[in-house]
Amino acid sequence: MSVLKFATWIEEAPNWLLKMPEGVQKFLFQLYQTFIHADRWKLFLNGLKITIIVTIGALILGIIIGLILAIIRTAYESITVGKKPIILRLLNTFTLIYITIIRGTPMMVQLLIMGFVIMVPKSDTATLMCGIITLGINSGAYVSEVVRSGLISIPKSQSEAGRSLGFNFYQTMWYVVLPQAIKNILPALGNEMITLLKDTSLVSVIALRDVTKQAQNVQNLTYNALVPYISLAVIYLVMVMGLQKILSMLEKRLRKSDR
Amino acid sequence: MTADNIVISVKGLKKAFGENQVLKGIDIDIKKGEVVVVIGASGSGKSTFLRCLNCLEDPTGGSIYFNGVDIADISVDINIHRQKMGMVFQQFNLFPHMTILKNMTIAPIKLLKLSKTEAEDRALSLLDRVGLKDRAESYPRQLSGGQQQRVAIVRALCMNPTVMLFDEPTSALDPEMVGEVLEVMKNLAKEGMTMVIVTHEMGFAKEVADRVIFIDDGIIAEQNSPKEFFENPQHPRLKEFLAKVL
Ligand SMILES: Nc1ncnc2c1ncn2[C@@H]1O[C@H](COP(=O)(O)OP(=O)(O)O)[C@@H](O)[C@H]1O
Ligand SMILES: [Mg+2]
Repeated sequence: MSVLKFATWIEEAPNWLLKMPEGVQKFLFQLYQTFIHADRWKLFLNGLKITIIVTIGALILGIIIGLILAIIRTAYESITVGKKPIILRLLNTFTLIYITIIRGTPMMVQLLIMGFVIMVPKSDTATLMCGIITLGINSGAYVSEVVRSGLISIPKSQSEAGRSLGFNFYQTMWYVVLPQAIKNILPALGNEMITLLKDTSLVSVIALRDVTKQAQNVQNLTYNALVPYISLAVIYLVMVMGLQKILSMLEKRLRKSDR
Repeated sequence: MTADNIVISVKGLKKAFGENQVLKGIDIDIKKGEVVVVIGASGSGKSTFLRCLNCLEDPTGGSIYFNGVDIADISVDINIHRQKMGMVFQQFNLFPHMTILKNMTIAPIKLLKLSKTEAEDRALSLLDRVGLKDRAESYPRQLSGGQQQRVAIVRALCMNPTVMLFDEPTSALDPEMVGEVLEVMKNLAKEGMTMVIVTHEMGFAKEVADRVIFIDDGIIAEQNSPKEFFENPQHPRLKEFLAKVL
C-alpha cells in the first residue's frame, strides 16, 4: 500500500482546515494517517482484543497456578511432626524449582523459548495460546509468592478452628484461610495484575499482533512514530487506570466485614 | 473396647515438643454425660492434653479411643472424628469474614451435607437458646467477647458433637462477661453433654464438674469428685496450687 502524502491529503481537505496554522495541519494529518486512513483504527482495535484476551487468559491461569503452588508450599510447611509424604516432597521441590527458574529469567527470554523451542505454534490460535500459557506460567510464580505471604499472615488459630470442626486441610484453606488471605493481599495481587497487563506488550516477539505490535505496524506504514506510540501509551494508561478502579471497588466490598 | 458408656478412653498418652516432654503418660476414661474439669499450673500441659484429644496436636505416644477407634493412630481419618468433637478456644476463633449465621452453618452444610435451610434452622434455634438470635447477620467483630464465645459454643454444637472440649473459654473475657458464658456451659452440662473443660473458674468446677483432674509434671497427679478434690486434696503440689488460687 502506498503511503498517503501530506500534499495529497491537504488538497482534499475542507476549508476550515486550510485556515489552520501549518503545525496543527501536520498534527491532524498524522492523526488521520494513524487512525482513519485505510481504517487503521481497526488495527488498533484488533490489537487491543489480543492484548485483553492474553491478559485475562494469563491472569486466570496465573491465579490458578499461583494458588496451587502456594497451597503446596503451605501444606508442606504445615507438617511439622513425622515424615512428610513423598508426593508432597516431590511437589514442593518442583514448586521451588519452578519459582526459581521463572523469577530468575526475563519474560522476553521465556517467550522466545516457549515460542521457538517448546511450543512452536503454527496457527494464529496456537500462537495466542502460547502467549497466554507463557504469561500465565510467569505470573503464576509471582502470584504464588503473594498468596503464600497472605496465607502465612492468617493466624494459626483460624485454621485450627476450621480443622476442629472437621474440615480437612484443603477445605480449611478454601473456606477459612484463603478468603481472609485474599483480602490482605488484594493490593499486591492488583500490582501483579497491572504488571501482567503491561507485560503483554512483549508478546509481539512470538508474532502475536497485540496492540503494541499494531502500533509498530502503523508506524511502519506511516513513517510517523509520535502519534502511534503516544496513542499506545494512552491506551495502556487508560486500561491500567480502569483495572485499578475495579480493584479498589473489589477491595471495598471485601472489607465489608471489617466495619 | 471397654464399656459402652465410655466416650473417650485415653491410654498412656504422651506428647513431646522436641526435647520438651510435656505429657508423660495420661490415662483417663471419660463417660457419656460426664463433665471433667482439668486444672493445673500454667504451662503444665492442660491445653496440650485437650488438643491431643482431637489431635490438633499429634500425640507422640499412647492411644486415644473415641467411639472405639484409636484416633491417635495417624492412619485414621481424623476429620470424620473431629466432626463429633466440638472445640471451644480461649480466643473464640470465629471466622471474621463470615456472618454469625455463616460461621455456624458452613461446616454442617459442607460436611454433614445439610441443606441451607436445615442448617440455618438448626443454627437459629441454637442462637435463640443463647439469646443471640437477633445477631445472626452480624459479623464477629460487631459482638462483645462474651457474645462471640457463646457463638463459638453454638457453632461447635451445630455439628451435633458427642463431646465438647473447652480450653479456658472465659480467660480472655472481661470479668462481667464470664457469667454469661459459664451459664451456657452449665445448661449444656444439665442437658447431658459430655464435656472436658480446662478452666481456672474453681466455683464453676465445684458446681458443675463430675470429676476434677489435676495435671502436674505431665501426668494426672490427682483426680476426684469436686467435693473431695477441693476439700481434701492429697498431692502436695495440688495443696500448694489450691492455696494459691482459692
Ligand atoms: N506448639 C508448641 N511447640 C512447642 N512447645 C509447645 C507448644 N505448645 C505448647 N508447648 C509447650 O508445652 C508446655 C505446656 O503448654 P500448654 O499445654 O499450653 O500448658 P497450659 O495450657 O497448661 O498452660 C509448655 O512448656 C509450652 O511451652
Ligand atoms: Mg493453656
